[in-house]
Amino acid sequence: MKKATSKTLPKKKAVKKPAAPDYRIVVGLGSCGIAAGGHKVKAALMENLKKAKLNLQVSDTGCVGMCYSEVLLDVHDKHGQVYTYGNMTPDRMPRFVDEHLAKGQPVADWLVKASDRALPDDSFYAKQKRIVLRNCGQMDPEKIEDYMAHGGYQALGKALKKMTQDEVIKEVLDSGLRGRGGAGFPTGRKWQFARGSKGDKKYIVCNGDEGDPGAFMDRSVLEGDPHNVLEGMLIAGYAIGADEGYFYVRAEYPLAVERIKMAIEQAKKRGFLGKNIMGTKFSFEMKIKEGAGAFVCGEETALMASIEGQRGMPRLRPPFPAVSGLWGKPTNINNVETFANVPWIILNGAAAFASLGTEKSKGSKVFALAGKIARGGLVEVPMGITINEIIHEVGGGIKDGRTFKAVQMGGPSGGCIPAALGNTIVDYDSVGQTGAIMGSGGMVVMDDTTCMVDIARFFLDFTQKESCGKCTFCRVGTKRMLEILERITKGQGREGDIELLLELAEKIKISSLCGLGQTAPNPVLTTVKYFRQEYEAHIRDKQCPAHSCKELLKYEIIPEKCIGCTACARVCPVTSISGQVKKPHVIDQETCIKCGNCVAKCKFDAIKVR
Amino acid sequence: MKKAAGKTKINPDAGKINQVLAKYKGNKGALIPALQEVQVALGFLSQDSLRAISQGLAIPLSQIYGVATFYTQFRLKPIGQHLVRVCHGTACHVGGAEKVSAAIEAGLGVRDGETTADGKFTVESVACLGCCSLAPVMMVDNDTFGRLTPESAIKAVKEY
Ligand SMILES: Cc1cc2nc3c(=O)[nH]c(=O)nc-3n(C[C@H](O)[C@H](O)[C@H](O)COP(=O)(O)O)c2cc1C
Ligand code: FES
Repeated sequence: MKKATSKTLPKKKAVKKPAAPDYRIVVGLGSCGIAAGGHKVKAALMENLKKAKLNLQVSDTGCVGMCYSEVLLDVHDKHGQVYTYGNMTPDRMPRFVDEHLAKGQPVADWLVKASDRALPDDSFYAKQKRIVLRNCGQMDPEKIEDYMAHGGYQALGKALKKMTQDEVIKEVLDSGLRGRGGAGFPTGRKWQFARGSKGDKKYIVCNGDEGDPGAFMDRSVLEGDPHNVLEGMLIAGYAIGADEGYFYVRAEYPLAVERIKMAIEQAKKRGFLGKNIMGTKFSFEMKIKEGAGAFVCGEETALMASIEGQRGMPRLRPPFPAVSGLWGKPTNINNVETFANVPWIILNGAAAFASLGTEKSKGSKVFALAGKIARGGLVEVPMGITINEIIHEVGGGIKDGRTFKAVQMGGPSGGCIPAALGNTIVDYDSVGQTGAIMGSGGMVVMDDTTCMVDIARFFLDFTQKESCGKCTFCRVGTKRMLEILERITKGQGREGDIELLLELAEKIKISSLCGLGQTAPNPVLTTVKYFRQEYEAHIRDKQCPAHSCKELLKYEIIPEKCIGCTACARVCPVTSISGQVKKPHVIDQETCIKCGNCVAKCKFDAIKVR
Repeated sequence: MKKAAGKTKINPDAGKINQVLAKYKGNKGALIPALQEVQVALGFLSQDSLRAISQGLAIPLSQIYGVATFYTQFRLKPIGQHLVRVCHGTACHVGGAEKVSAAIEAGLGVRDGETTADGKFTVESVACLGCCSLAPVMMVDNDTFGRLTPESAIKAVKEY
């Protein structure tokens, strides 16, 4: 830096601290950002910045929700404008640095969101209401200072210093918050039970097992705002009189585990964890336990068995965890998202939370949108919004302009809601009436190429493998259902198979001990209810209307279109295609293994799939 | 350190196992974290390591075996140098995970759960890696790959 002479420089500047950066750049480095190449983009950015001498600051953040256009990069300028770039690649960095940062001209083509202009993707945010995700993508999750600058730990201070334990519980009760882990039990009531249980030792457990395949809400929250969940757990600990807490996190989420560990260390240093928190009598210890890969461990009694170091097998309730939980002590267990709502409720009041949503489902709900949706990602919407609004407005409709067929909610315990019921509102009871469940927030969208029998088979395959084996109907019954579904999708279905499925479903529901078995038949029940004709087409006509079940497909060459180029015959792994050069070829149906290689290879659209 | 071993031949893994055991001895609920750490250190849970854990934590071997076989994370057999985990969760299934798996299995000449003859790769299908909006997804060791096609998947694997 050149030394300023007193003449050229106004007096004030001499005492001024280094000037605020002209730009603050934030790279989205949640799991999805990293998977899309976030680290490579950041490295390329840093490389390009070396050359350009600019006054700026670069930091990381968690998932912002627009996973469909990862890698995302935010630019905050000194005038307070924020620009979000989507689909960034290392190749785009030179132009980005040169035009936006050096010359001050945002690259309009690559923007997905900007505070100074309207963009098509604005509809992604228009109907969202962010409580749980309020900080996700807005701050650096690895810095407690960032969280505190966003109001972090103020709710804890308020609860500890200005509220009694019962007042905290009343606030949560009045907010109408219901458990976000699936069953939707009122959180305040659960806390009341745990508070009422006699005992010198009580535990708080955070359920971050997130086993539903197709859901990633809890991962994003834990990665994007770990302190928020921690603060919620501390408030719960104070309310029920616990002094020890466990984070139970899936083994498949290494980044979440790392960020929680960091959050715990930082909170300890600041005196939000440990002895006499914030100078009060309240003390709390936090531990983290990594799951070891078992879906059933998401069930609360199995989860606690797993923390204790046993096989994760559910046990009969009562006694409920609130009475006898971890190591036989009263325990309050809630889902990640449930805890993440708590600091907001304490700070903003029960009434503010209860003003959102429907009569029996208050607040907002986070959903993980995936499958055949144009804008897959993480969204938070007020309860009471319709499924159609989520899919067509927030989610931008179906990918590649295809037709919306159904949405799967609630994972293996839930069901498929058909497009015809798209006006169903998101609320525990309305979703429940369709035969699906609200679940933890997985929404896998399906289009006309998805076979509903295959989806039912897929879930039964999952639950059958994940059944812990304790209850006979769950262990053997799901296996029998799976066998029936497998034969139907292979074209070997028999008359009466649907009835047999329904009968088994009923038996499994009523004779299983835990939620896994009790809900395992739901995917079959809902697909039979809404898509029975698809089952019948498989069984009677040996056809898969969605052209998805391999064994039922028939590949045929259209003689008028085939020019005899032999390309298909050359890629056929079982030499089922024959014919002379420049003459139409034929496929031998007996030996064809339906691999689809020929269709992919044919340039003349001459192979028909039925 | 290449010092001459003592009089008796010591199991080279024993040191690592003892380190883990020293950390967890006497803790409640120690079994699963101990198994996890030993597996990280050795790559899998050998019979010897299970016996050592049983002695160190004073838990019957039968109970340890019960736990080790209950959770899918634990493996009782060694794996290849790189672990390829192909997601078969709902979003990936709907997005074509089957074709991705088929391409990887054909490209490496193994089936689900197997290790290549040269010991380089073990292929495994798993039930959701939590990156569903980028389906289909796979992980090679700790790197995640999204928006896969059968071609891009096998290409990424072969770069290891
Ligand atoms: C098979 C099965 C799997 C479950 N998986 C989860 C899970 O992954 N995450 C979760 O929070 N709750 C899960 N639950 C629900 C828990 O048992 C429990 O109800 C929940 O953690 C309570 O928290 P909440 O009241 O905040 O929802 C599962 C239940 C069953 C039966
Ligand atoms: S379904 Fe594959 S990552 Fe979730």
